[in-house]
Amino acid sequence: MSKNFIPSRRDLLKSGGALVVSFSFAARPGETLAQDAAAAKPLALTAVDTFLAIDATGTVTVYSGKVDLGTGVRTALAQIVADELDVPFNRVEIVQGDTALTPDQGPTFGSLSIQIGGVQIRNAAALARSALLDLAATQLGVKPEELTVSAGTISGGGKTVSYGDLVGGKAFSLAVDHTKPPKTKDAKDFKIVGTSVPRVDIPDKVTGKFTYMHDFRVPGMLHGRVIRPPAIGATLQSVDESSISGIAGVVKIVRDGSFLGVVAENEWAAIKAATRLKATWSSWEGLPEQGKLMEHVRATKVAKDDVTGNVGNAAEAMGKDGVKKIAATYDFTIHTHGSIGPSCAIAEFKDGQLTSWSASQATHNLRKQLAKMFGLPLENVRCIYLEGSGCYGRNGHEDAAADAALLAKAVGRPVRVQWSRADEHGWDPKGPPTLIDLRAALDGSGTVTAWDSEFFMPQQTPNMFVVPLVAATLSGMPADETVAPGNVFQNSNIPYKFANINIVCHRLETTPFRPSWIRTPGRMQNTYANECFIDELAAAAGADPIDFRLQHLDPNDKRGIEVLNRAAALAKWDKRPSPKNGQKSGQSGDVVTGRGVSYCKYELVRTYIAAVAEVEVKRSTGEIRVTRFYVAHDCGQIINPDGIRSQIEGNVIQTVSRTLKEELKFNRSTVTSLDWASYPILTFPEVPDIVMDLIDRPAEKPWGVGEPSAAVVPSAISNAVFDATGARLRSVPYTPDKVRSVLRGA
Amino acid sequence: MAISKTLNVNGAQVATTVDDPEMPLLYVLRDNLGLHGPRFGCGLAQCGACTVHIDGKAVRSCVTALSSVSENNRIVTLEGLGTPENLHPVQQAFIDEQALQCGYCTNGMIMEAAAFLATNRKPSEADIKKALAGNLCRCGSHARVVKAVQRAADLAQAR
Repeated sequence: MSKNFIPSRRDLLKSGGALVVSFSFAARPGETLAQDAAAAKPLALTAVDTFLAIDATGTVTVYSGKVDLGTGVRTALAQIVADELDVPFNRVEIVQGDTALTPDQGPTFGSLSIQIGGVQIRNAAALARSALLDLAATQLGVKPEELTVSAGTISGGGKTVSYGDLVGGKAFSLAVDHTKPPKTKDAKDFKIVGTSVPRVDIPDKVTGKFTYMHDFRVPGMLHGRVIRPPAIGATLQSVDESSISGIAGVVKIVRDGSFLGVVAENEWAAIKAATRLKATWSSWEGLPEQGKLMEHVRATKVAKDDVTGNVGNAAEAMGKDGVKKIAATYDFTIHTHGSIGPSCAIAEFKDGQLTSWSASQATHNLRKQLAKMFGLPLENVRCIYLEGSGCYGRNGHEDAAADAALLAKAVGRPVRVQWSRADEHGWDPKGPPTLIDLRAALDGSGTVTAWDSEFFMPQQTPNMFVVPLVAATLSGMPADETVAPGNVFQNSNIPYKFANINIVCHRLETTPFRPSWIRTPGRMQNTYANECFIDELAAAAGADPIDFRLQHLDPNDKRGIEVLNRAAALAKWDKRPSPKNGQKSGQSGDVVTGRGVSYCKYELVRTYIAAVAEVEVKRSTGEIRVTRFYVAHDCGQIINPDGIRSQIEGNVIQTVSRTLKEELKFNRSTVTSLDWASYPILTFPEVPDIVMDLIDRPAEKPWGVGEPSAAVVPSAISNAVFDATGARLRSVPYTPDKVRSVLRGA
Repeated sequence: MAISKTLNVNGAQVATTVDDPEMPLLYVLRDNLGLHGPRFGCGLAQCGACTVHIDGKAVRSCVTALSSVSENNRIVTLEGLGTPENLHPVQQAFIDEQALQCGYCTNGMIMEAAAFLATNRKPSEADIKKALAGNLCRCGSHARVVKAVQRAADLAQAR
């Protein structure tokens, strides 16, 4: 797309302004709306041409609905295609997240980019390869089985022909049925899959050559900023336009209902105008008291109950004489996504068409939302993905896209909206609070005879994984009213084979803040409570925590057993019950150490993770330091080992941060943790050493990696703190204040 | 009223025009000069994404008013630190260690580390962590960043 730009005096004198990207390719992202080119591009999941094209030079273009959110999946997808087609890795290009060009493979969430997206693309590539072999057989007069392929060239009978010569930009016109996938390459023939191909984007990202969403410019573009209500539910009453009359470059104040924004010729003028513009708003105090958040959650009206586990009769087993009964309540606070780059988007209305550039993880869904908001036919909206700052779920990108569209429509020119840090911390949708009650019974032999749990979590509007757009809500423009925290019920059920199980998720009608999914949504909160509580049971039974888990796992689930054993070996696990010194008070001295385990089978159907945390607890201050974190990980077939390591490191570090430090702060009106001082995250000196053991199973399906290893972090830490101190942490985050208070009570 | 200003950016004298001399340097670099290296992260000097070098020191450009910089100050951005053909050791090491995920904070990590290494040739792991304590990363690339800075120190020694 854009070229690197190191200013020389001549260039600057010539341009005298912002870099404007020019477009040289047809039907590539970044291009302005070209309906003719776009209309010709198939998008159905059932066509090979939807997923890939090979031009006359033999370059393979892959069209991926799943996008690279900074995970490196672009590189991994290219590896899959290069291997399946037998072309060199560097001959594969990826087009991602453009509603005119790439299929709707679902939002880039849920650790599904390889598992679903990559597998669909692999199916298409396998069919394309087979069609190319048939074409070559005819052209060369050789039987297909006598042909070989190397670097995109087919050879047989002493003759050769290249993919480029065979297909050269023409359509394959082949159907693909992902429910009956074609035969793909045998694992033994992989050459590129399973290797740590360096990421294609990194050289440009370390030299300033890369064009992020935030760097993108379109001709004639203006800069917009939004002014959000000082209280979440406040309505706009008046605006004093004269308050910014002295700022040069302001083009327009845009007011629509309670939506308020400014548009200016340059970014700094927009920032100043947004900061200084005086407006009056109604008062609103609809949030619960922060100190009583969990009471509020418990008192919230239940929309419905989902029973996610039901074996035997837990109530009856719990009531039996002679069993040891244990109960505990866990809670997990509200988190913000906290991308380092606040959300940014550009929108342009032209000839009745809306083009939206953003870092949305779900451009097809965003397209539907924008079409509804502006009353446009779907085909008149095109959403194009450009990589942004790391995205760990549905953050503010889509909202910035709606802001930009509203402002662009109001001024009749393309508008770029850049959220401020306070916009991002205050107005991105939040990971909702979760409350969990657990009860269990143990018999005299240390076997769990009953497990009974209740989860309090928001409802999810069926089949509507879209979060209402802030601009639509504030302006009153058309929108679907949804509650969309994601599939947060997942992993409320447990992998353990107890005789009696009852698990209920109370799906709450409301939650204090607009919810959305944040990395490992629900799976993290639920695994945290379950894996801490099973540790409580192990301690009550006087059993080693790993042995206790193995004792209750399905003996046929060999991969689960292996991952736990591998984690134990990796961490040189010292087999004994917790706490460490076999007494409630734990060790003597101010700084004490401990280790804790956690296990998760993601959604009970895919990626297996077992982890061991080693911690130091300073009892006088309540500070926890995670010194080392071990992960054993089985995601089936590994596409790029280094990519997986990077994702696991990210999961561990980000979740240590969420577990120890992060908590949204708010008053009765709005979010008050609006910067990094009031919402601190983990810093370099606090980062643990991370040690991992990747289990590669090339002949198995490739499963997700982006989220699963985050699920085990909060529980492994809590269990390690118990091992060190004999005190059980049951409320995330484990801030020094809370830890000191729990230690006092232990 | 628009004012003209001459700056020394990446070794070249460049002229630019702004309405407000109090505009942070970040917006001059990004919007007027079209550079992509320095990034907007917070505008509060809390995260480090906007870091540039002024006379060899790592500076947060989001809170550096244009009026505080003169044409005698040497401003270097990520683009001027090294080029794809002639990478700075820290840039090379970030590639070697694959030391980023989204890469949004990477500018700050590299610029801060390069300034640090210029005066600390053989830093320990703890020194590096301390030097980067004010640079935030949300993806969790920290372990790789530390390795990359150690590698860069070795590369710089070897050069």
